[in-house]
Amino acid sequence: MSEMKNYTLNFGPQHPAAHGVLRLILELDGEVVERADPHIGLLHRGTEKLAESKPYNQSIGYMDRLDYVSMMCNEHAYVMGIEKMLGIKVPERAEYIRVMFDEITRIMNHLMWVGTHGLDVGAMSVFLYAFRERESLIDCYEAVSGSRMHATYYRPGGVYRDLPDKMPQYLESKLRSKEKLEEINENRQGSLLDFIDDFAKNFPKSIQQYSDLLTDNRIWKQRLVNIAIVSPERAMQLGFTGAMLRGSGIEWDIRKNEPYSVYDKLDFEIPVGVTGDCYDRYLVRMEEMRQSTHIINQCVAWLKENPGPVMSDDHKVTPPDREDMKGDMESLIHHFKLFTEGYCLPEGESYTAVEAPKGEFGVYLVSDGANKPYRVKIRAPGFAHLAAMDEMAKGHMLSDVVTIIGSQDIVFGEVDR
Amino acid sequence: MKELKQKLSKAFGKKNVSESLNELTLTINSEDVIEVCQKLKDEFQFEILMDLCGIDYLTYGESDWNGNASSSGFGRARQAQKSTSQKDQRFGVVYHILSVSNNQRLRVKALLSSENLMIQSVTKIWNCADWFEREAFDLFGILFENHNDLRRILTDYGFVGHPLRKDFPMIGEVEMRYDEELGRVVYEPVSIEPNVNVPRVIRK
Repeated sequence: MSEMKNYTLNFGPQHPAAHGVLRLILELDGEVVERADPHIGLLHRGTEKLAESKPYNQSIGYMDRLDYVSMMCNEHAYVMGIEKMLGIKVPERAEYIRVMFDEITRIMNHLMWVGTHGLDVGAMSVFLYAFRERESLIDCYEAVSGSRMHATYYRPGGVYRDLPDKMPQYLESKLRSKEKLEEINENRQGSLLDFIDDFAKNFPKSIQQYSDLLTDNRIWKQRLVNIAIVSPERAMQLGFTGAMLRGSGIEWDIRKNEPYSVYDKLDFEIPVGVTGDCYDRYLVRMEEMRQSTHIINQCVAWLKENPGPVMSDDHKVTPPDREDMKGDMESLIHHFKLFTEGYCLPEGESYTAVEAPKGEFGVYLVSDGANKPYRVKIRAPGFAHLAAMDEMAKGHMLSDVVTIIGSQDIVFGEVDR
Repeated sequence: MKELKQKLSKAFGKKNVSESLNELTLTINSEDVIEVCQKLKDEFQFEILMDLCGIDYLTYGESDWNGNASSSGFGRARQAQKSTSQKDQRFGVVYHILSVSNNQRLRVKALLSSENLMIQSVTKIWNCADWFEREAFDLFGILFENHNDLRRILTDYGFVGHPLRKDFPMIGEVEMRYDEELGRVVYEPVSIEPNVNVPRVIRK
C-alpha cells in the first residue's frame, strides 16, 4: 500500500467564504490543517504609490476604498494625520459629527461581519436581518455625503458640509402601495439627526434579535467555541489590534487609551474577552455594537443642542464660501490656489492611528514640504490578522478555516491596498 | 513621554532621540537593529510591533519646477526628471512600536545605503514582522537577513522590480493582456503615457 501523503488544497481566490480574493494554500492531513499559506495581493491597487502622485485632498477618496466596509474611519485617520502636521484645529461640531459617523461606520462594519460570519458558518437568516439595519445606516451616509459607500466626507479642517435638515424620503412607486410608502417614510419625517436618533432607539432590539439567533444557538457554539484560541501573549506577538486583541483579554482601545477627537468626553465601555477563541471575539463585537449605539445617542443629543461651523476657516486648507468668492478677491485666490495646487505640509513625519472597526488603522505620513505626500504608509489591521492565519488554523479542521476567516473580519481592500 | 525620552536618551544617546508633533523617534544604525529592538522589548516593554515599512529617500525635497524648464508651458512638469542627487543613505526602514502596558509609542528608524540593502530581520523579536518585512522586500527590495520566508507578497507572481521605489514609474513597466493566438496571457511594455495633473511644488 502506498504511503498517504499530505494533501494540498487551493482555497479561493473565488471561494465565497474567502471574503474577497484570498487565495489560501492549505496543506491537509486528512481533514486537519497542517499549514495555511495565504497568498494576498490579488486586489493590490498601489494606493500608496498613487497617493504619492496626488495633492493631499485628492487621496481622501482612496481611503474609502481601502477597507470598503468601514469607509469613514479610514478617512478619519488620514485626515487627522494631515491636520496634525498642519496644526489646524477642527470645530467641535465637526468632531462630534466625525465621532458619530465613526460609530455608525463601526455598526455598519459589524453588521456586515455578523451577517457574513453567520452565512459562512451556516446561519442564513442573520445575514438578512443584519442587512436590513445596514440599509438605514447606508441611507445616513447618502443623506450626508450623497454617496452610499465611498463618502469622502471628512476633509482636513472638518467635514464637507453640515448635517442635512431633511432626511430624504422614499418616492411613490408602482411597486409599493400608499400605506406601505407611509410606513417606510414614517421615521424620515424630520432631520437626519431625528432619523439617527430613531435608529439608535430601535437598534438595541435588533442586536438582541441577532443575539437570540446566535449566542445560545447550539450549532453556532459548536462551530465557534474553542476554535483558534489565541493567548494574550501571542496576540501581542502577532500584532493583533481591535476586537482580535480584546477578544484575547487585553484591554486596549485607542478611543480610551489615546483618545482622539472627542472620545474623551463620551461615556462608553470596552468589552474584553476571556479565552480568546472565535466565540469571545463574536461576543466582543456584539457588545461593541451596543456601546456604539450608546455613543451615537450622546452625539445626537450634543449635536441637536450645539449648532455651529463644521469646517475650519483657515482657507489655506479649506475652500472658502462660494458666495464670498463673488465679491472677495482673497477668497477667489484661496479657492484657485487650493484647487489647482493644494496646500503644502511642513516637512516632517507623523503616525496617526484610529480605532477602526477592525483594529488599529494607522497612517504614516512623510512630507518633504511639498503639496503631495512624500510617502504614505497605511497600516491596515487586517494585514497583521491575516498573517496569523497559519498559526490560528494549525491543527483545526478544514471547515474551521472558514470560521477563522470570518472571525478575523478580513476585508481585502485594506490587506492588499 | 518626557520620562521615556530621558530614558531613551540615556540608553541610546541623546542625539539619536528626537521629538516632534508629540511623537518620539529613535534613529539607529542598521547594524544594531537586533540589539536595540531586543532592549526596547525587554526593558521598555514595547510588546507590539504596529508597523514596519520601507522608505526611499531618492527624490526627497525635489519639486517638479526646479528642473530644466522648457518653453512648452505646463508640459515641462510632465517630463520625468532624472534625479540628480546621489544619496548615500537612500533607503530607510521604519518601525512603529507600541507599549500596551505603558501606553507609549515609539518610532525607530534605520537608514540603509543602496549598495548594502541588508538589515537584520526582527521576526524573532516580534513575530508579526514576518509579513511586514516581506512587504518591504517586495515594494523596496530591502533584504532582511535571517528571515525564513522572504517571498514577494503584494505584487504578481513573477513580478520584476520594486514598485514603491521612487525611480519605478507610476504607470508601471509592463501591461498584461490575453493573446487569442497564443492562447495565453502575454506581458508587453506599457502603452500609456505618464501624466501629471498637478505638479509637485514645495513652498516654505
